[in-house]
Amino acid sequence: MTSIADRIAGPPLAAEAGVIAGDAAQAVPVPAISLPVAGERELRLDLFRGLALWLIFIDHLPPNLLTWLTIRNYGFSDATEIFIFISGYTAAFVYGRAMREAGFVVATARILRRVWQIYVAHVFLFTIFLAEISYVATSFENPLYSEEMGIMDFLKEPDVTIVQALLLRFRPVNMDVLPLYIVLMLFLPVILWLMKRSADLTLALSVMLYAATWEFDLYLSAYPNGVWVFNPFAWQLLFVFGAWCAQGGAKRMSRILSSPITLWISFGYLLFAFLVTLTWYWPQLSHLMPRRLEQWMYPISKTDLDVLRFAHFLALAAVTVRFLPKDWRGLKSPWLRPLILCGQHSLEIFCLGVFLAFAGHFLLAELSGGAGLHFVISISGILIMSAAAWLFSWYKHSADKNAPRTKGGGGNADMAGGGA
Amino acid sequence: MKSNSGLILGLIVLGGLLTAAPARAEDAPESCEVPDYLLTSESALPKVADVIKNNRSLDILVLGSRSSTINAPVNSPEASAYPGRLQVALKEKLPSLAVNISVEIQAKKTAEEIVAGLPKLMEGKKPTLVIWQTGTVDAVRSIDPDDFRTAVDEGVVALQEAGADVILMNPQYSPRTETMISAPPYLDNMRVVAQQHDVPLFDRFAIMQHWNESGEFDLFSTFHGVELAKRVHNCIGRALSQFVIDAARLNPAQQN
Repeated sequence: MTSIADRIAGPPLAAEAGVIAGDAAQAVPVPAISLPVAGERELRLDLFRGLALWLIFIDHLPPNLLTWLTIRNYGFSDATEIFIFISGYTAAFVYGRAMREAGFVVATARILRRVWQIYVAHVFLFTIFLAEISYVATSFENPLYSEEMGIMDFLKEPDVTIVQALLLRFRPVNMDVLPLYIVLMLFLPVILWLMKRSADLTLALSVMLYAATWEFDLYLSAYPNGVWVFNPFAWQLLFVFGAWCAQGGAKRMSRILSSPITLWISFGYLLFAFLVTLTWYWPQLSHLMPRRLEQWMYPISKTDLDVLRFAHFLALAAVTVRFLPKDWRGLKSPWLRPLILCGQHSLEIFCLGVFLAFAGHFLLAELSGGAGLHFVISISGILIMSAAAWLFSWYKHSADKNAPRTKGGGGNADMAGGGA
Repeated sequence: MKSNSGLILGLIVLGGLLTAAPARAEDAPESCEVPDYLLTSESALPKVADVIKNNRSLDILVLGSRSSTINAPVNSPEASAYPGRLQVALKEKLPSLAVNISVEIQAKKTAEEIVAGLPKLMEGKKPTLVIWQTGTVDAVRSIDPDDFRTAVDEGVVALQEAGADVILMNPQYSPRTETMISAPPYLDNMRVVAQQHDVPLFDRFAIMQHWNESGEFDLFSTFHGVELAKRVHNCIGRALSQFVIDAARLNPAQQN
């Protein structure tokens, strides 16, 4: 068993080494694994980001059969953790390289362009949401839910609402991930700059900010009430941790990761989390939970990325890198291709997923369909996402063929884990 | 537009085929069937038990927002909302018991706003049991869940200090607004408060979700009017009566 870190971060590090040495085309001494000419993508990152996107889509639909396949039913953390961690990892990898190659200013400019893309995507989704909610407001008449319809009140002053939405302060349900992503990316230049000096110090600062969030109750307020559903002060920890792993942290953790003790602790914790979640879905079991434990543990805050959730993600990640080697043959299998393609176009597919979830809700409501229709909608959504991802990559490849090769290092964070 | 309606028509046909199996007669009397675990609580209602044991009258105050009423302009007397149905169901189950139910609706008020008025309200009514239905307004207005928890916590303490047993009731399951209102943080926090103060939580959300999934009620549909609301409230009142009796730990002899 070679170092685990090579499995996590081997090829990216190798590619970085190539960049530092001069040009990726140059033959570079590569640890352990030989790379094809263009560099190899870390397919596991794509795979799991794709998986996270599918799970987020399914979680955004009303609960149905497929919901039982999503990881949030088997532990504390869910697809959001995976998505943010991998986003931190890939963003640090891609823009970290840009920062070394082209300097702070250019890298910052590229990051800001990316932020702008995400912002536009968010506003686009908001427009669709507005259309949906306006439709429901005018067509839905059920005396049972007259109180819940109070949610439509904001339609009475669209001017304020729309401006607040542009300021990212008004966010409808299920539209909280992109604003978080925007804020995290905005701070990426600073994070990378600090990491260039000392990656460990950056991580330490991030942990301190996380601790301060809990200690001093830091938050961003939202409109018209409340707070950001994903508190950036807390969630930055996962993002920075991902970045830290991409900058060589994973390699330095390799000894810890390959130790059997880590493995057993991870398994133990995952089992514990699984048993606890069982009591959520079978309340008949809840009397088995010690009341002390319940009082200490609940509520498990998603807003502030509860430490239990973070630990659950770490345990999942530790087990995953252990049992899913970098060169696992399945990664090349056509069956996983759709997932990997989705992961490679994460922003587009994420937005499409949110839109499809809206559309799915709409169809379910309009057709008052049962479980069968629900299942069809879920599967169609995933097929549409996969087809779109395939289309995007087809575009990219044909563009690559015809365009002059000037785009070299300008990849965005979607181009995870390797050369364009 | 044409192709659109064609598509929708096609989907309707498809949907119809797929849902043919669970289709049900609209006018069949509902069974109000609820799994047992949703109607039992580890927490008890000692004061209610005491009143019933000593054959005094049971005064219940339902403190809620608009989802404790049926909001329709015509043809919906107060009695058809769940507090009224609760009274009927309790009378059926405990014929010898005098039950008085009063309803205090505070529409559009968050838990925090309600808590401020609690001491005064309790002074006037002196109920044995308060059923506090809350969370909906807070979820609609996306109040900070931590603030919500603090408010519910204070409210429960105030009600207990005023000498009443308390049952917390959480929001309705509302599939249609699921993409707009985020209920889970409020449900979780109510559960936490209920645990901390050892107060029974009537899980209206889970019960309605169960009905929706089992096909008892189609809560997703746009086409139902007051009738659906009445039937749902009837079932909630019945479930609530069973929940109260269970939490009061009456032995079967006392129930008759």
